[in-house]
Amino acid sequence: MRFSFLNVARQALSGNDGWPEQWTSPEPKAAYEAVIVGAGGHGLATAYYLAKEHGLTNVAVLEKGWLGGGNTGRNTTILRSNYLWEESAALYEHALKLWEGLSHELNYNVMYSARGVMMLAHSAHDVQVGKRHVHANRLAGVDNEWLTPEAAKAFCPILNISRDIRYPIAGAALQRRGGTARHDAVAWGYARGASARGVDIIENCEVTAIGRDASGAVSGVETTRGRIAAKKIGVVAAGHTSVVMAMAGVRMPLESNPLQALVSEPVKPIMPCVVMSNTIHAYISQSDKGEMVIGAGTDSYISYSQTGGLHIANRTLEAVCELFPAVRRLRMLRNWGGIVDVTPDRSPIIGLTPVPGLFVNCGWGTGGFKATPGSGHVFAHTLARGEPHPLAAPFSLDRFRTGRLIDEAAAAAVAH
Amino acid sequence: MLLIPCPYCRMERPELEFRYGGEAHVARPADPGVVNDADWAEFLYFRSNPKGVLAERWRHVSGCGRFFNCLRDTVSDRILAVYRACEPRPDLGGGARP
Repeated sequence: MRFSFLNVARQALSGNDGWPEQWTSPEPKAAYEAVIVGAGGHGLATAYYLAKEHGLTNVAVLEKGWLGGGNTGRNTTILRSNYLWEESAALYEHALKLWEGLSHELNYNVMYSARGVMMLAHSAHDVQVGKRHVHANRLAGVDNEWLTPEAAKAFCPILNISRDIRYPIAGAALQRRGGTARHDAVAWGYARGASARGVDIIENCEVTAIGRDASGAVSGVETTRGRIAAKKIGVVAAGHTSVVMAMAGVRMPLESNPLQALVSEPVKPIMPCVVMSNTIHAYISQSDKGEMVIGAGTDSYISYSQTGGLHIANRTLEAVCELFPAVRRLRMLRNWGGIVDVTPDRSPIIGLTPVPGLFVNCGWGTGGFKATPGSGHVFAHTLARGEPHPLAAPFSLDRFRTGRLIDEAAAAAVAH
Repeated sequence: MLLIPCPYCRMERPELEFRYGGEAHVARPADPGVVNDADWAEFLYFRSNPKGVLAERWRHVSGCGRFFNCLRDTVSDRILAVYRACEPRPDLGGGARP
């Protein structure tokens, strides 16, 4: 049932008893045309666009836990597209354009808020790098502008631009179309849209093995809910990608690290935008509930523990307290970690693998949320056609052999 | 924060004293001139990234300054063994996984 004024009014009159479930929870069938491993935002978006744009509806999305319960439910919901390299800017800009119309597209309010993402510079080097980003983005047709410290403070009044702090602010890059969206709603909206088009979303169904036929191509998956045959398998398993790909004997250029975030107690609106700092490693915004949402860094070591060292979060809080003295006395309500899969060049891997029928979409590292619609869109194309979408082509697994890396490791800001 | 026993200093010290060195036992090709692109990629970029026991390198930068190896469970973060860089990976046997 569509969300519309008429339906809301109708349901209000009948006691809101008639709303159907948002997506179905069917038993897995014995075979599908395609199976997506992982029902996070990227996996669900992939299934949605497979059904909508490629007519592929005999699809299952398998999820070992619950829908959107991994990094989709753990991130700090920041959206932006001001990446340095052309390939990245094109991919993330594709995603940002989809974000702008996503609530209408899905008939589901994903609360996209173009409140602006401001990235601070604290040194002469930061200023040079920031301006290089601004100009690269301008040439690529992506909005990004340079602000003086005074202009940055005008945009975010609680910012401390004193020259007397440890890392004084020397300027900032601002992408006004950047902002935030409601992370859970994105997963739910895509799940609802995919389910309505015939996709089976199967939770509590962990993939334990990937079957191969005599030619070496994939033949299906073994799961905790039985065997499911499929000629095409798309692995969208974020931090667990290495584990799933190992089931097909494929090694990946990935390392999985814990990434932490925190939220404070809710307060009245004090923060009109998103602020990030690469140098002192902090990013912060305010949720619509009023909580300050703070992103910390990754631990240095490989771990699947979904937690992280307290010193990592502490370091970010020190930076936040200096940049925003107004928040110093806020209490933190929650602190959690997610497992992010990080590539050597900090760019994602989208495309084919050495195993016929096996596709992978991974390596989004610490900043995959912003790409969710674009990632699903280009990966659905890749999976349906068996060849990479033009925007995904540079992000092939093969780039680590050819050396055509897309090195956002040095180029991108803190959360990319 | 991890508490890491340094096999040279013979002391358990906080993680802040150490720097991570990534997966251990990744051997540089003996004769780089004959290595093909796929093997270079394997050496430079591809890692086992296991969910389970990982052999990894740490460097005690604020202590003895030396590299050593460590077996750690990447699910519990529990350190199972530490050993010197020149030593082979210890065999923990079947029951070693906590």
